Amino acid sequence: MANNVKQWFRQGTPWIWLNAGAVSISLVMVIGLLLLIAARGLGHFWPKAVLEAEYQESDGQVVQVIGEIHDYETVPLERLRQSGVELDTDEDSVRRLLVKTGNRDVGGLDFRWLIEPRLNEQHYPEALMVLERREWGNFYGYLTAVKEQGQVVAEGPAAWDALRERLRRVERLAGEIRHIERGLIGSINFQMERLRLEKRRLELDGMNPELAEAEVAARRQALQAEYDGLQQRLNELYTAIRRDTLTARVMDGRGIDLPLAQVVHAYQPNAMGPIDKVGFYLAKVWEFVSDDPREANTEGGIFPAIFGTVMMVILMSIFVTPFGVVAAVYLREYAKQGPMVRLIRIAVNNLAGVPSIVYGVFGLGFFVYFLGGNLDRLFFPEALPAPTFGTPGIFWASLTLALLTVPVVIVATEEGLSRIPRAIREGSLALGATKAETLWRTVLPMASPAMMTGLILAVARAAGEVAPLMLVGVVKLAPSLAVDGNAPFFHLERKFMHLGFHIYDVGFQSPNVEAARPLVYATALLLVLVIVALNLAAIGIRNHLREKYRALEH
Amino acid sequence: MTVMTNDSAVIEEKHRDTPTHGLNMGALDREKRSLDLDSEEVCLTVTDLDLYYGEKQALKRINMTIPKQRVTAYIGPSGCGKSTLLRCFNRMNDLVDGVSIDGRIDLHGQNIYDRNVNVAELRRRIGMVFQKPNPFPKSIYENVAYGLRLQGVKSRRVLDEVVEKALRSAALWDEVKDRLHDSALGLSGGQQQRLVIARAVAIEPEVLLLDEPASALDPISTLKIEELIYELKEQYTIVIVTHNMQQAARVSDYTAFMLLGELIEFGDTDTLFTNPRRKQTEDYITGRYG
Repeated sequence: MANNVKQWFRQGTPWIWLNAGAVSISLVMVIGLLLLIAARGLGHFWPKAVLEAEYQESDGQVVQVIGEIHDYETVPLERLRQSGVELDTDEDSVRRLLVKTGNRDVGGLDFRWLIEPRLNEQHYPEALMVLERREWGNFYGYLTAVKEQGQVVAEGPAAWDALRERLRRVERLAGEIRHIERGLIGSINFQMERLRLEKRRLELDGMNPELAEAEVAARRQALQAEYDGLQQRLNELYTAIRRDTLTARVMDGRGIDLPLAQVVHAYQPNAMGPIDKVGFYLAKVWEFVSDDPREANTEGGIFPAIFGTVMMVILMSIFVTPFGVVAAVYLREYAKQGPMVRLIRIAVNNLAGVPSIVYGVFGLGFFVYFLGGNLDRLFFPEALPAPTFGTPGIFWASLTLALLTVPVVIVATEEGLSRIPRAIREGSLALGATKAETLWRTVLPMASPAMMTGLILAVARAAGEVAPLMLVGVVKLAPSLAVDGNAPFFHLERKFMHLGFHIYDVGFQSPNVEAARPLVYATALLLVLVIVALNLAAIGIRNHLREKYRALEH
Repeated sequence: MTVMTNDSAVIEEKHRDTPTHGLNMGALDREKRSLDLDSEEVCLTVTDLDLYYGEKQALKRINMTIPKQRVTAYIGPSGCGKSTLLRCFNRMNDLVDGVSIDGRIDLHGQNIYDRNVNVAELRRRIGMVFQKPNPFPKSIYENVAYGLRLQGVKSRRVLDEVVEKALRSAALWDEVKDRLHDSALGLSGGQQQRLVIARAVAIEPEVLLLDEPASALDPISTLKIEELIYELKEQYTIVIVTHNMQQAARVSDYTAFMLLGELIEFGDTDTLFTNPRRKQTEDYITGRYG
């Protein structure tokens, strides 16, 4: 027996079991994490059935409740008793439901905990309507009438179709308003600001203020005229969009008037078939990834955050790759290998272990205040005291992250350079190439897969980094993207939104925690997907390069 | 396949009339010429060459001349310094850390170890082929055009012409003309080695250094390389290092025997193999050394 155990150990079986166990646990954890995020996040967009029931309050009063069941938990009866709730039941515990009743503007609270045994007459009437609004969160109620200029145009069952039709008109008008406000007027404001800066620059160059004014006056007037025209059109549109209202009965029986301009979507989830629900679901998911956020980021989409994350990572790659490669080439190919180079290597490796927030502090102090401040004084004096580059922005954030990830690229590139066979270098040199020519034409292309490996690791690290970004450019809500239609099209001094920061912001800084929680999961899932996509792109490029420069096989 | 069978037949045939010392002198049916080293035109002159790897002396007082447009072979046991000496001719040893060199090597009367010699230009004039085929991970065409592109040749027509000529002179053209733009790494070992020779020939060097060019190849590829050397002799001065005495005997006009960093004997191949002057040479070629 003892022999058998000894044999078992000698053959290494326990180690195999140990290793396999560790791998399995890791896999289970990763897959479990992804599944949890996916289930919680993606479930949010599914149209939930809306419950109508009667609820007996603790003081015996019976009220009507309308809402979506969001969550439930089991509570020991003991605890309820301690908080003064008496229930007539033999069980040890009861279920408590978290119901989203919406109507924050009517009732104040949009989530309620209800004890299940006190809910009576639960049913799901098809006529119940859910409105997604631009403000105040969801609205739940029965549609009673649709009005135009205060006059009722449809009532009862006909009201729903009238509402749908009028909502399409509102949607079209809202689209036009958005186009004018964000696109055209945004562009005019941008040009106005440029004119102001131009005038200021002329003044700083010593021109008489009146002459400077005359220089820009004609163009400013043209812009102003254009702006007045747009403003007038905007006023007309606002009048038009305010024309229709709807009346709905909410759960306490009151009738509420709502302007249609407030409504984003209207739907009757209890009346929807499975196909309708799938269609609605896909539309919601699309809205989530393609739209701007609303209501302090707790509603709407997160497109600016996706855009910001991807753009920052791409900018970071553009900064970090040449810098890391050049440093690695010097260290490996030109520097005399000795204690000094060894010391530098150790320093580079240790740089990778510095906490990222430290890089954030450095980025803020050095890049933003020192470099940015000096850039402003040298190149943008007309905008001062308002900073142009002397304030956190996507450029500095990318640069800070590039600094954070440069050790990874250096190490990977050095590794790649050291793997190029000596025979290849000698072959090139023997043909009369200089060392530099050999590097450019043969060694660097062959080492490019290794550089890509470094870049992949850098991207993986940078895309998940949040802490340093908070200091050097990420904001809760960026008014405009860093790329738009106004020349010079790239505005790298602008602040940006980031998925990682968005998770933090929505999850912990949101005024409405219950409403925001599913969005945290959905955003987390999206962040993972964005990182996976970025990595897959880089891996694809690397594999292509690897195939091209397959090392010699002997 | 027919080609291969023919080649094997040639090899078998060669083994029939093996002379007493086990070497086949008539391998390529080449004409026996009476050669005289003193009357040859000189290409490279080595004078009092010492080479040290750190403290260790690897070449000791080498003095010799390499005749122009002849094949000169170096033979000797492993570690005798023959590859090191070969790499001195195009200053490849400069790349090795801790190497120091005394003495001089003159190419047409000019010392290549002079301070103001452009090493890249020197290496263009003295091409080199290594033991293992080392094609670049590029297309066949780009491999051959590499040296020309370094010299700034951009014209497609010139490149096409030179590539074809080089591949033809390396006896590779017929095998690769339909896939010039495929990766060179897809060629067989023997083809790769001929490609590397074509690459070296494309820039028309004056001297071609071959460092055991066939040691990593199979017998048929070896034979092709040997035939190629025989062809190239018309235009280039060839210096070859080989482990294989039969090969030296088959392809070279002159042979140098080296032992422990010293040049023991240098003379025309037939004499050296049939009637060596020194005892060590005789011991080596009759198989008493490694």
